[in-house]
Amino acid sequence: MQFSFLSAMTSVLVAILLTACGGQGSGDQSGDQLQGDIKIDGSSTVYPITEAVAEEYRSVEPKVKISVALSGTGGGFKKFGRAEIDINDASRAIKEKEVELAKSNGVEFVELTVAFDGMAVVVNPQNDWCTDMTVEELKMLWSPEAQGKIVRWNQIRPEWPDEEVHLFGPGVESGTYDYFTEAIVGKSHSSRGDFTASEDDNVLVQGVASDKNALGFFGLAYYEENADKLKVIGIDDGNDENGTGPIKPSLETVKNKTYAPLGRPLFIYVNSEAGKRPEVQSFVSFYLDNMNDLSAEVGFIPLSDTETQNVKTIWTTFVEGLSASE
Amino acid sequence: MSKRFDINRTKDKLFRYFGVACTIFGLVMLAIFLISVLIEGLPRIDWGFFTSLPSRKPENAGILIPLLGTTWIMVLTSLIAIPFGVASGIYLEEYGKKNRLATIIEINITNLAGVPSIIYGLLALEVFVRLFGLGKSLLAGSLTLALLILPIIIVATREAIRAVPKTIREASYALGATKWQTTWHQVLPASSGGIVTGVILAISRAIGETAPLIVIGAMLYTTTIPTSPMDDFAILPIQIFNWLSRPQHGFIINATAAIIVLLAITFILNGIAIYLRNRWQKKVKW
Repeated sequence: MQFSFLSAMTSVLVAILLTACGGQGSGDQSGDQLQGDIKIDGSSTVYPITEAVAEEYRSVEPKVKISVALSGTGGGFKKFGRAEIDINDASRAIKEKEVELAKSNGVEFVELTVAFDGMAVVVNPQNDWCTDMTVEELKMLWSPEAQGKIVRWNQIRPEWPDEEVHLFGPGVESGTYDYFTEAIVGKSHSSRGDFTASEDDNVLVQGVASDKNALGFFGLAYYEENADKLKVIGIDDGNDENGTGPIKPSLETVKNKTYAPLGRPLFIYVNSEAGKRPEVQSFVSFYLDNMNDLSAEVGFIPLSDTETQNVKTIWTTFVEGLSASE
Repeated sequence: MSKRFDINRTKDKLFRYFGVACTIFGLVMLAIFLISVLIEGLPRIDWGFFTSLPSRKPENAGILIPLLGTTWIMVLTSLIAIPFGVASGIYLEEYGKKNRLATIIEINITNLAGVPSIIYGLLALEVFVRLFGLGKSLLAGSLTLALLILPIIIVATREAIRAVPKTIREASYALGATKWQTTWHQVLPASSGGIVTGVILAISRAIGETAPLIVIGAMLYTTTIPTSPMDDFAILPIQIFNWLSRPQHGFIINATAAIIVLLAITFILNGIAIYLRNRWQKKVKW
């Protein structure tokens, strides 16, 4: 038998190589442009904003290479605390434990608010009874004690029909779930367990859209993209100082803080060591200059002018502090 | 007598209908899936889709970087997993003694094939990314996937080698050939069809894996064209996963289009496997 096994295997490899097409190298540009790598990780909620900023930044400083991974807010903070990444996208503030980890590795950082997100509480459009809920009612419905007990609409409000409530919410690993439980139940990561959970918010949209007795919550952007299939309800926090009665989430009500307590800030965290590098300074400044337009474009709520100014001041002071300490 | 005959005939018929129903069910499901994916995704595929970088606008976003990443991963994983897997298979089948240790190794290899892929990701994060200092590189990703498919390749190699008749080896020895000569010139060519099929099915599985590579920190957004095994990377399955979970409908269409590309790669790989198997099976004549 005259043929070599080695050549057979080689031809397999060549075949695999040929399966997918190759790309072209990027053109070189000269000039005194910034260079370097910026490593970003963290929340998938904040990702679209960072993606949009990085996309625009390409045309400003094409030689700065930006890479964004998606370990989630918590996973990102673990890497951030070990100085493996420069910036962490976060859909909640850093926790005490995560600050400790960063300190033990000598990592210092600054927290910058980049946008707001509203959490929409939605029902099926055929649901003609529920148009608003109080925070108290939501708490009664979602607290751990409600499991197996509060199962019908008329247990929430007696005038509502005697029908089952079907609950939908994001998976317990998501920052959205953490924030909702903190704001409504009063304790982060604590809720009833008998609801349909999914990490993919589009699954929740489908669930609520196809079930007359459903109630669910997720990011406002998912409601706005599917407004024809869902009905959003107003939330009354019982505090007249930030708007009277039930208030529905919208760009306006989240921005002016009357949609309480389900509006939340989104952050980026910048490592101090990284902040000393000119390309990181340039990128973060660009981020703060463009975040309001871009976050509106990808479905989030921009900061007000005063808030934007405050964040920019925090960043400039931080950078000045860094160069002073050198 | 004839009554029993009738009952058995009925049973036979019933089973045949059952078998047909099962087959049709599978095919119909596959057809529904393929048709819906093609209807939604095919119009989106154009040249720009293959050559564009990530974007917040679904119509401008492309799969250039993840497609290159998946290609790199596929090649590197093959380069690592094929020699190790095939050599281990040959050793265990032709050289290794059949003792207690061999039995333990055998059970472990079969078990490894059933370990959830995310476990390989966790192992790789500590060993390849941190301990070996490879970082979130293509090489680290490929080593992870190579580890994942190694058991599959070993098992396929052993099955293929075992199917070679013992008489072939004995004839070779009788002519004075050494063990290596027998393996290289007789056993491997005779079993190559089975080995190649196993290898390509294993690689098809590797390119669809998401979980272990998310754990080791594969990128979603990067503009770097990967040019060396130490570059960071993005892969198609993670891009698909992310697009599917975005609120804008345009991204869902992008995801469907990317699914078609990934399916095409897998189909082509499987096609190659079938072609090579048929070709070599004809060549092997004793």
